[in-house]
Amino acid sequence: MSEKKAAKDFVLAVEGLTVSFDGFKAVNDLSFYVDEGEIRVIIGPNGAGKTTVLDLICGKTKSTAGSIKFRGMELTKMTEHAIVHNGVGRKFQNPSIYEDLTVFENLELSFPRGRSVLGALFFRRDAEVVEAVEEVAETIFLKDQLHTTAGLLSHGQKQWLEIGMLLIQKPDLLMLDEPVAGMSVAERKRTAELLNRITKGRSVIVIEHDMQFVEDIAHRVTVMHQGKTLSEGSMERVKNDPKVVEVYLGH
Amino acid sequence: MSMPNQSSMENSALVENPLSQHGLKALFPKHDIIYLAILAVFLGILLPMTLDIFRLNLVGKYLTYAFVAVGLVLCWGYGGILSLGQGVFFGLGGYCMAMFLKLEASDPESTKIQSTPGIPDFMDWNQITELPWFWEPFYSLPFALIAILVVPTIFAYIIAVAMFKRRVGGVYFAIITQAIASILTILIIGQQGYTGGVNGITDLRTLLGWDIRTDSAKYILYYVNFILLMLCLLAAQFVRKSKLGRLLVAMRGREDRVRFSGYDVSSFKIFVFCLGAAFSAIGGAMFTLQVGFMSPSFVGIVPSIEMVIFCAVGGRLSIFGAVYGTLLVNWAKTTFSESFPELWLFAMGALFIGVVMAFPNGLAGIYKSHIEPLFSRKPKMFEKKPSTPKPASAPEPVSAEPPSIPGSISAMGK
Amino acid sequence: MFADYTSAELLSIFAMQGFAGLILFSVFVLMALGLAIIFGQMGVINMAHGEFMILGAYVTYLISNLFSTYLPSLFGIYFFVAMIISFFAAGALGALVEWSFIRFLYQRPLDTLLATWGLSLILQQIYRSVFGAREVGVTLPDWLMGSVPLTETIEVPINGLFVMGLTIAIAIAVYLLMYKSRWGCQVRAVVQNRPMAAAVGINTAKIDRITFALGCGIAGVAGSAFTMIGSTGPTAGQLYIVDTFLVVVFGGAASLLGTIASAFTISQAQSTMEFFLSGSMAKVLTLLTVVIILMIRPQGLFAMKVRK
Repeated sequence: MSEKKAAKDFVLAVEGLTVSFDGFKAVNDLSFYVDEGEIRVIIGPNGAGKTTVLDLICGKTKSTAGSIKFRGMELTKMTEHAIVHNGVGRKFQNPSIYEDLTVFENLELSFPRGRSVLGALFFRRDAEVVEAVEEVAETIFLKDQLHTTAGLLSHGQKQWLEIGMLLIQKPDLLMLDEPVAGMSVAERKRTAELLNRITKGRSVIVIEHDMQFVEDIAHRVTVMHQGKTLSEGSMERVKNDPKVVEVYLGH
Repeated sequence: MSMPNQSSMENSALVENPLSQHGLKALFPKHDIIYLAILAVFLGILLPMTLDIFRLNLVGKYLTYAFVAVGLVLCWGYGGILSLGQGVFFGLGGYCMAMFLKLEASDPESTKIQSTPGIPDFMDWNQITELPWFWEPFYSLPFALIAILVVPTIFAYIIAVAMFKRRVGGVYFAIITQAIASILTILIIGQQGYTGGVNGITDLRTLLGWDIRTDSAKYILYYVNFILLMLCLLAAQFVRKSKLGRLLVAMRGREDRVRFSGYDVSSFKIFVFCLGAAFSAIGGAMFTLQVGFMSPSFVGIVPSIEMVIFCAVGGRLSIFGAVYGTLLVNWAKTTFSESFPELWLFAMGALFIGVVMAFPNGLAGIYKSHIEPLFSRKPKMFEKKPSTPKPASAPEPVSAEPPSIPGSISAMGK
Repeated sequence: MFADYTSAELLSIFAMQGFAGLILFSVFVLMALGLAIIFGQMGVINMAHGEFMILGAYVTYLISNLFSTYLPSLFGIYFFVAMIISFFAAGALGALVEWSFIRFLYQRPLDTLLATWGLSLILQQIYRSVFGAREVGVTLPDWLMGSVPLTETIEVPINGLFVMGLTIAIAIAVYLLMYKSRWGCQVRAVVQNRPMAAAVGINTAKIDRITFALGCGIAGVAGSAFTMIGSTGPTAGQLYIVDTFLVVVFGGAASLLGTIASAFTISQAQSTMEFFLSGSMAKVLTLLTVVIILMIRPQGLFAMKVRK
């Protein structure tokens, strides 16, 4: 009874999540809850299982045990595309864009229409599509690059483009894996500003190592260590937790 | 998202006029319409005017392989799915046609010397006294025509669903399709009472009473074949230019990104593989009509992989290139094996190695990089340069994760 | 199909067909070991693998002719000489092929497939030009002829036992080489992380060449064994390539033990069914079963779940 209620109140409720690879538990009995409109940052040393958690939520990896409820829907049994259709978007660690296609085409392919075989065959580039693409391109600072082949963009621009490809789907839950990795200081600042703008009205999970960046954006922070939650709370609280200092922040 | 809305109408040039959407402009941007016209003139006017009917019939036979090659451009060049079993679909289409023609040729009158009149001669030789049940429906031409398309497509669908839903791709898919080609050949040869065995189904004469062996029939069949090939090219062009075509290109490099943009990746692979199978089947049926027989030597491993080389020589990314590649390789094969039979295998072997090593995009690639710039200074829209392969990431060790080698083909995940 | 036989007869049939299947098993294992090294470790699809095997078979044929003409007194041991020379001949050709084009194609497995198919056509034509299109066979030394009676109804052919023993020895040697030697460790290091292996001072180009040569060399030995069960012709190798690939994939590409287990399963299934059905139907059923199992379990029989 109370569990059901809990699952309804949170956007995302992860409970007892476990995945093991040949006996090695990359994620071990992990539980956490994300509120509506919250920006949650997951930090932790390398190999703590952060990326695996995102893989589990978006269906890329199948869990061994536990549940992931998104707005009350169980995600662990869904196919990847069904999870996307229900409003979960995910950005990969390395910018994952279509290098051979233009920025416009990259965004157009991500536009949530014509996702079936027939839909894709008879998809038409109408005003609605162009409008949505241009709107997103403006948000991600690529308005002038619409017809550039994506492979020619800088590393930071590729990261933005992938974020844009998620935005055009209008997801309710956005998951970003190291969005500022490999960016210059100026690009980081613009990205923080971008994230603060686009997170209005949706929940976000971010994995990040850059502590300054985390302080700038996080509402709450989850620290992972060896597949488990080590500490959770506001940045201030987490920073002063002796366990966290020992395994992660101390060095 | 807060966005000024004023810009949207200014850039309305991007919006394709709905009226012309499915018109020629959207379907044939840039030079494609010219290429299609050149091909049509070459095959439809030039060759029939200059070749005698024997040679023209030979070209018609070659062109039936072009159906397979065009299908392979979509599957392999665009989708990154290398099938080494296209001969299976070519053969199934061809056998469906041959079964109808054989039944027509085996009426009780002309087979009255057999111990069981009215059944195909090879059945009689194999002591079969009754027409097998799966031959019965092939008395009907409409059924046969439907079967030509439906049987190979359903077969392809079963293979594709089993493989792609489980994320099997790349090398594994190639090996499995090759094994299927091998199995079907052994089966056809082994069950000679039902299939005509190693000789195949021969001695086909008439189609609804119309003699298909005369010169005039051969002219007509050549043009039927030509028109069907043009229709297949139009269909392929439509797929290529649709969003589905762009998705295939996108999938080849970044399958996960496509999947996590909300697409069911396997359904697109299944579609394009079935389409390739249907094209091959049409080619097989036209082969039977023009050449007058069908045999397991067009089904197995060797013909299937030869069909891949037709496509590779023409250019795995060019549907028009595939047609020229098919014609060129077959013309060379006929010429060589007539005059220097022992040299032919050397030439063919060298062709495989040479195309892969030096011209991964085949004739079309050479044309794009050397000849097209002479006509136009416009940027090439689909020029492929090898980029760094991305590290494949996969949930399982065996999965369909192509490292992106645009212009090349996908590989298996590790 | 079993109804016509008594249970004692059935037992004998299974035993006899089982032993008959052993030679097929040996050829499969040797072919597949070579292929498993090249495909499983290096990711190269060697469609010319059958032609490397046939090279070994032709070498064995030549050596047997040499011995019977010039050294008839030593004819009894020619087979051992032939095996060693086959190994080095096929290995040398493998190294040459790797150097001339395989090394440019490591990132493009499907392209290696097409290129090596071209190579197989060229090799076939060379064999045809040199040895003729007719199939050739070798004479076995006396001590390999005959069979050992096990019970009244069950007999075991000696050459089968010999090839079998040989196969086990080679399989163990390959296992020790790949998993216990320093060299094997280097090979696996290169496979798992090429830049890192190069960075710690492993000559990756040399490792690649020797690995490829080793796989081809083992195929050459398979060719020697092959002369005992079949006659050698220019295209004989092509008949085995699909089966061998299925053996490797069925076993789980990277697992040597899996390769051996799957070779055993497939050869025994085929050999046993051959007694009850025609040869072609036995093959169809065997291959079909393997393909269907692979569709259900694509990772093969032995595969690890890996964290990515």
